[in-house]
Amino acid sequence: MSQSFTFNQRLRLFSLETQSEFLKVIRMPAFALPSLAFPLMFYVFFGLIFNRGGMSGQMPAYLMATYGVFGIIGPALFSFGVNIAVEKDHGWLALKQASPMPISAYFVSKILTAMMFALIITMALFSLAAIFGDVRLSRSEWAMTLLVLLLGVLPFCTLGLWLGLQLKAQAAPAVVNLLYLPMAFLSGLWIPIDYFPDFLQKAANLLPAFHLAQLTLKVQSLDIGQSWMIHLAALAAMTAIFLALATRAFHRISNN
Amino acid sequence: MTINACVSVQGLSKSYGDVRALQNIDFIINPGEIVALLGTNGAGKTTFINSLLGRVKYDSGSVKVFGKAPGHLDARRRTGTVLQSTKMPNTLTIKEHIELFSSYYLNPLPLESVLEKANLVGLEQRRFDALSGGQQQRLFFALAICGQPELVFLDEPTVGLDVNSRRDFWNCIRQLSAEGCAVLLTTHYLEEADVLADRISLLNNGSISMEGTPEQIKSHLGGKRIRFRSPHKPEDFNTLPDVSQSRQRGDYIELQSTHAEHTLKHLLNREAKITDLTVTEVSLEDAFIHLTEESPTTPYQEAV
Repeated sequence: MSQSFTFNQRLRLFSLETQSEFLKVIRMPAFALPSLAFPLMFYVFFGLIFNRGGMSGQMPAYLMATYGVFGIIGPALFSFGVNIAVEKDHGWLALKQASPMPISAYFVSKILTAMMFALIITMALFSLAAIFGDVRLSRSEWAMTLLVLLLGVLPFCTLGLWLGLQLKAQAAPAVVNLLYLPMAFLSGLWIPIDYFPDFLQKAANLLPAFHLAQLTLKVQSLDIGQSWMIHLAALAAMTAIFLALATRAFHRISNN
Repeated sequence: MTINACVSVQGLSKSYGDVRALQNIDFIINPGEIVALLGTNGAGKTTFINSLLGRVKYDSGSVKVFGKAPGHLDARRRTGTVLQSTKMPNTLTIKEHIELFSSYYLNPLPLESVLEKANLVGLEQRRFDALSGGQQQRLFFALAICGQPELVFLDEPTVGLDVNSRRDFWNCIRQLSAEGCAVLLTTHYLEEADVLADRISLLNNGSISMEGTPEQIKSHLGGKRIRFRSPHKPEDFNTLPDVSQSRQRGDYIELQSTHAEHTLKHLLNREAKITDLTVTEVSLEDAFIHLTEESPTTPYQEAV
């Protein structure tokens, strides 16, 4: 009785899981619309209309990178943080764990969904920046920016996962917002970090969003000049910590 | 020790701090039978089901599901589950939910037969939030059976459903059992256990206080409750035939009778000043109070 899935069955399982997750999220306008529209709207206001000439004309390019980071964090934090809290409290996660679903499918589908949202947001930002902001990058710079942003969802998926497993469904949206919005501001996603007082710039080193923003800006050499290795190491370390905390929380809820 | 049993439990115990949720439970489910685990809220039914699913670490004893540890992949592939008061994502349709769950199993049923068995034909494009309570519960049932399991766990599947929805659900369970699938049903409705189960186990404060066929259990617990107003004291009615218990509840007097028709005949002949008379099934809660008051230390054991 130790039959196992064929490759095609496994592929079907993972693609159905991902498809369901994506449909589930996109059909919730209260979630999908703000997370797609806000980063773009903010970028249009602050990057294209008000500050166009700031930072010696580089504002549209700079804010394209930082609003990209802002845009991809939202779906990752919400899809993990809020949805997992809800599915846990509704017993849906328990039912899935009782089924033969591989638990990896549950997480992979959520990561891929967050990445799809990241892709949509990034492509829309790129288009706005190129068409209305005269942002001109080389092909490899565009590609590199996209890659950093897509992989950049991972630390926030693990942070969201940890929060989602800890929080009650009703508290989750508020807590996630309380974390998301101040972190975005303090990491220099809305206003360039260069304008911040020194101590705030230093404090930003504690925030994962800051390191991701610096990595993204590094592609265009607009970062504040730390080595990319520091940012990558910080992100990797934070991902590992969140993952360890999440694993502990997961074992606690599934085995009491 | 039955080698082919779907579930075999020996000496299972589990405590939460000082609270002993389950105490020394022995339990077996054989292929194809419907076993009802009957108990009040807080009796330990859900803890027991969760132990069988591998969701609770038990303190001592042995639990095997198809010969494997609970929660083992091989065990999960051969079982289906309906958990208590679950909600699923609202924005997916019945069809999407069933197709997804089917993909978890090696030999799933075709969508059409799942819809048919769960009595959901014609609703496949409906979203979860557009379903009635009964339809939602049958969708959970559909997810439990879509992988052609040999055993299905149903944790209080009909709580909160109206009478018709409950009947619909019962029909689904009967059909499933007729096809040879074993069912473990937890419920606090005596009637539900009665109409569905081949065997009933009574769970009371974490231990199995009685086991037997529905007939055996009912003859011990069952009967009707006769309720009325009367100027007399409850004790005055103890002498009526077949009355097993009498008490005052508010303005009413309540008699428990093992043969209501017989008791009523004598009651009405003897006593003229009776108003607001009703006769109802004894609820399990009443039966339990009766049972624990009657024999708090030596639980009745029915040989199976």
